Amino acid sequence: MVFSESVFASRFNIAKQDLEAYLGEALSRGGDYADLYFEYLLTSSIGIDESIVKSASQGVSVGVGVRVISGERTGYAYSDDLSPEKIRKAARVAACIAAGPAKVEKFDLREGARHDLYPVLTAPTETAFAERVELVKRADRAARAYDPRIFQVQAAYADNLRYVMVATSDGVIALDRQPLARLSVAALARQDGGPPQRGHSGGGGRVELGYFLNEKTPEHFAREAAREAVVMLGAVEAPAGETTVVLGPGWPGILLHEAVGHGLEADFNRKGLSAFSGRMGEKVASELCTVVDDGTIAGRRGSLNVDDEGRLTRRNVLIENGVLRGYLQDRLSSALTRAESTGSGRREGYAHMPMPRMTNTFMLAGQSDPADIVRSVPKGIYCANFGGGQVDITSGNFVFSASESYLIEDGKLTRPVRNATLIGNGPEALKYVSMVGNDLRLDEGIGICGKEGQSVPVGVGIPTIRIDRMTVGGTA
Amino acid sequence: MNGNHLPDLARDVVQRALARGATDAECTIAEGEEFSAGVRMRELENLKEAGSRGAGLRIVIGRKTGSSYTSDLSREGIDLLLKSAIELADVTTEDPHAGLPEPEELGAVAGDLRLFDPEVEKLETPLRIETARRAEAAALDADPRIFNSEGASFESHVGRHIFSNSRGFAGDYRTSYCSVSAAPVARDGESMERDYWFTLARGFGGLEPPEQVGRTAAQRAIRRLHPVKVETQRVPVVFEPRAARTLLDNLYEAVHGMSIYRQESFLAGKLGERVAGDSVTVVDDGTIPGLFGTSPFDDEGVPSRRTVVIERGVLKSYLLNAYAARKLGMKTTGNASRGLAGNAGIGHGNFFLEAGVQTPEEILAGVANGFYVTELMGFGVNIVTGDYSRGAAGLWIRGGELAYAVSEVTIAGNLMDMLMGLEAVGSDLEFRGSMAAPTLRIGEMTVGGK
Repeated sequence: MVFSESVFASRFNIAKQDLEAYLGEALSRGGDYADLYFEYLLTSSIGIDESIVKSASQGVSVGVGVRVISGERTGYAYSDDLSPEKIRKAARVAACIAAGPAKVEKFDLREGARHDLYPVLTAPTETAFAERVELVKRADRAARAYDPRIFQVQAAYADNLRYVMVATSDGVIALDRQPLARLSVAALARQDGGPPQRGHSGGGGRVELGYFLNEKTPEHFAREAAREAVVMLGAVEAPAGETTVVLGPGWPGILLHEAVGHGLEADFNRKGLSAFSGRMGEKVASELCTVVDDGTIAGRRGSLNVDDEGRLTRRNVLIENGVLRGYLQDRLSSALTRAESTGSGRREGYAHMPMPRMTNTFMLAGQSDPADIVRSVPKGIYCANFGGGQVDITSGNFVFSASESYLIEDGKLTRPVRNATLIGNGPEALKYVSMVGNDLRLDEGIGICGKEGQSVPVGVGIPTIRIDRMTVGGTA
Repeated sequence: MNGNHLPDLARDVVQRALARGATDAECTIAEGEEFSAGVRMRELENLKEAGSRGAGLRIVIGRKTGSSYTSDLSREGIDLLLKSAIELADVTTEDPHAGLPEPEELGAVAGDLRLFDPEVEKLETPLRIETARRAEAAALDADPRIFNSEGASFESHVGRHIFSNSRGFAGDYRTSYCSVSAAPVARDGESMERDYWFTLARGFGGLEPPEQVGRTAAQRAIRRLHPVKVETQRVPVVFEPRAARTLLDNLYEAVHGMSIYRQESFLAGKLGERVAGDSVTVVDDGTIPGLFGTSPFDDEGVPSRRTVVIERGVLKSYLLNAYAARKLGMKTTGNASRGLAGNAGIGHGNFFLEAGVQTPEEILAGVANGFYVTELMGFGVNIVTGDYSRGAAGLWIRGGELAYAVSEVTIAGNLMDMLMGLEAVGSDLEFRGSMAAPTLRIGEMTVGGK
C-alpha cells in the first residue's frame, strides 16, 4: 500500500501537502512533536440466540485525532469530519498545550517501514453477509447437537476492517489496513431440572473468512463451549486459601498479562507508579520464566504491522530467565526516558490518545512434560480456562477468574470445581513457578484489554506451568 | 453545538426507511462534546477537547430486523445507513417477538428533569485546569506519606440525544455532566498503595470542593498502607458504599430481562419469591431530577419510570425492554438502552438499594471479627449460578472497629446466599453515578487468604 493509493488519498482526497499543513498548524504554538491519526473503520456483527438470527448490524465511522506533545504535556483533539477546516480546527485546539512561537519545520513526509503480518486479500468485512451468517447458524447447531443437556446457545460473530494512517512531525507516514474477526459461542447446560451451568469459547484473528471454514470452524468453538458447560454440571466447591496451582496451556497466559504485563508498561514506570518501578535487572520470577510481548506474529489478534504511532512493532523480552529486562514503550515515554521504541503505542481509535500497551504476551516453553507437571502435585487445582483478570499496578496485586478448573488429588485430575478467582502479587507470584511445560500454546484469539477506558485486541499464551503457592478464592 | 436540524433528520431517516419497504423503523442520533484536563504532580499533563456525532438505525421488515450506524451524516452517509439496514434485515431470521413498542406505550416524562446545565459548555479552560490542580494539591499536601500521584482530572461532557420512530414518537433531550477525580499514591517503607475519589454533577456548581476530593482520596490511600494477608476463614463481611455498589451491579445483571428469558440468571423464575433479607428494597428509578440515571424516555421511546425490583426481600420485577417483555409475556419497564450500533438492549435508570436506619458505625459495632471491604477486583461473578468469588482489599474489623489494612485476599459465596444473608443496611446512601448502595453487612462469607 502506498499513500497515493490509500483510502485516505483516494476516498477522502487528502494530499501529502495537506498533512504537512495540518502538522504545521499543530505546531503553530511550539511543541516538540505532533502527529495525526486517521482512521476509517467498517464494522459488522451478527448474533444468534434461540436458533434465531436476531441481530445483524454494520456501521462505518471515520475520524482523525491530532496530538501535540510539549515536554511531558499532551494536547489532543479530534474530528469525525475530514474536511480541511475541521482538521485545522482540531490541530489548533491541540496546539494550545504549547505556548511559544511556531516551529518552522519542513516535514518532508515519507512512508515508513512496516511488517506484512496479515496479507489478507479479501477481509471478512468485505465478504457477502450471508456467508458470515452461516457461521453463527453452524455454531448454534453444533452446540445443540453436542449433548442433549445443552438447552440454550448464543453465538456472536463480529469483524472489522480498520484503515489507519499516521503522519508525524518526525517525517513519517505509516499506512495500514487491519482486518480482524472473531466468533464466540456461549452454551448453557442443565441436568434433571437442576441449576444451569455456562460454557464459553471463541477465537479468530487478523484472518480471511476462510479461517473459520478451514482452520478453526464454528463447530470447533461450539463443541468447546458445550463441553465446558456440560463438564461444569458436575462441579464441586473450589478450595479456599493457598494451594498449588497448575495452569493449562493457552488462554491461562492471562496470568502474565495481569501479573507482569501491565506493570511493565512504561507510563506507569516513568512516573514511579508501578510495583515494578526501578526494578530493572532484578529477579522478579523463577529462572524458568522468560516472558515476551511480540506484536509481530502473523495473523494474530494482538499483532500490528506498525503500532498506532506509526512505529514498527517488535518482539520484546520483558523477563528473561526470571530477571526483569524491559518495559513497553510508547513515543512519549521513550522520548522522556531516552529509551528505545518497542512499538507498543496503541489506542482504541481516533478519539483516544495512544499509550503503552501489550500485543501478544506469552511465556516461552520449558522442558517439562505437561503430564509430569500434573503428576507432581499431591493436592491442588488445575486451571484449564479463564474468564477475565485485573491488576492494581501500584500494589502489584492481580486477579484472574477460572471458568474451568479441576481438583488435583494425588497427581490426578479428579472433579471439576466451581468458578473461583485466583489472587497474587505481580513481582512475587512468578517466583513460585517450579515447573514449565514444553507445550507453549497461544490463545485462540478472543482477548480484549482495557486500560484507562480504552479497549484494544490482545493475545496471550503460556505452556503448562506449576505455581507452588497461590491463593484460590473458593468456599471449601 | 449547532444541531437544530438533527430532530428533522431523524424523522426523515425513519420516513425514508418506510418508503424503502420497512414495516417499522427507529432512528437515534447522538451528539456530544467532551473535554478533559489532567494534572500530575502539580503540572498540567494533558488537555483533550472534541465533539462528535453519529446516527443509528433499526428497521423491521415483517418480523426481521436489521441495523446500521454511521458517523457520516452527509447525504451519502445517510443513504448508506439506510441501504445497510435494509440489506441486513434480509439475512436475519423471522422472529415473532421482534418489533417496536406499541404506540400506547410510547411517551416521555413531563417536566424539567434537570439533566442539562448550559453553564458547562461555557466553563473557561483555566478554571477547569485549576479545579483539577486544586484536587491534586490537596491530596499531595494531605500527608507526608503521599509521595506520588497518578494525577487528578477535570472532565466534562455535554450531549444531545434524539430519537424518532415510525409509531409516532419523536423526542430529544440534552445532558451535561462534569467531574473531578484524584488518584494519589501513598508510601511508607516498602509499602506502596493507591486509591482514588471523585465528585460528579450535572453542573459545575453541584461539584463537591476539589480539596475535599483530594483529601478523601489521600486518606483512602494512606489507610491501605502495610496491608496484611489474613488467614482463610468464614466471617461477617461489611461492604463500604463504593464496594456495595458493585453488588448492585451484579444484581442488575441478574434481573436483566435478556438473562431472564434465556434462563441464564439465578433469579430467573423467582418472581414473587423471597430472594433477600427483609431489610432489602431495590428500586430502579429513571425519573429522579438531576441524577445520572435519569432520562425522559428510554432508547425505544418509552417513558422512564420507577420500578420496585425487590421489596422487603421479595422479587417484584425484572428490568425489561419491549423485546424481553414480549418474550416473557410482560410489559416493558422502560429500560431499553442502546448505543448507535445494533438492536436495543436493556439498561438501568438510577438503580439503588434503599437506605436503612443504622449508621455505618452501628453496623461495624456489631462485628467482633470481620472484614470491611473497600475494593473489589476481577470478574469472578457467575450470574447463571450466582457463584461469587472476587479479589478484595479493605480493613480488618476487631471488636467493632477498623483495625488494620488487608489485601491480596478473596471473598467468596453465592449471590443468593449473600442476598439472603444481608442483615444490616446503612443509612448512608448517596449517588455518585447511576447505581448506589449504602453500607451493607452480610452475615458470613469465605475470606480466602493464607
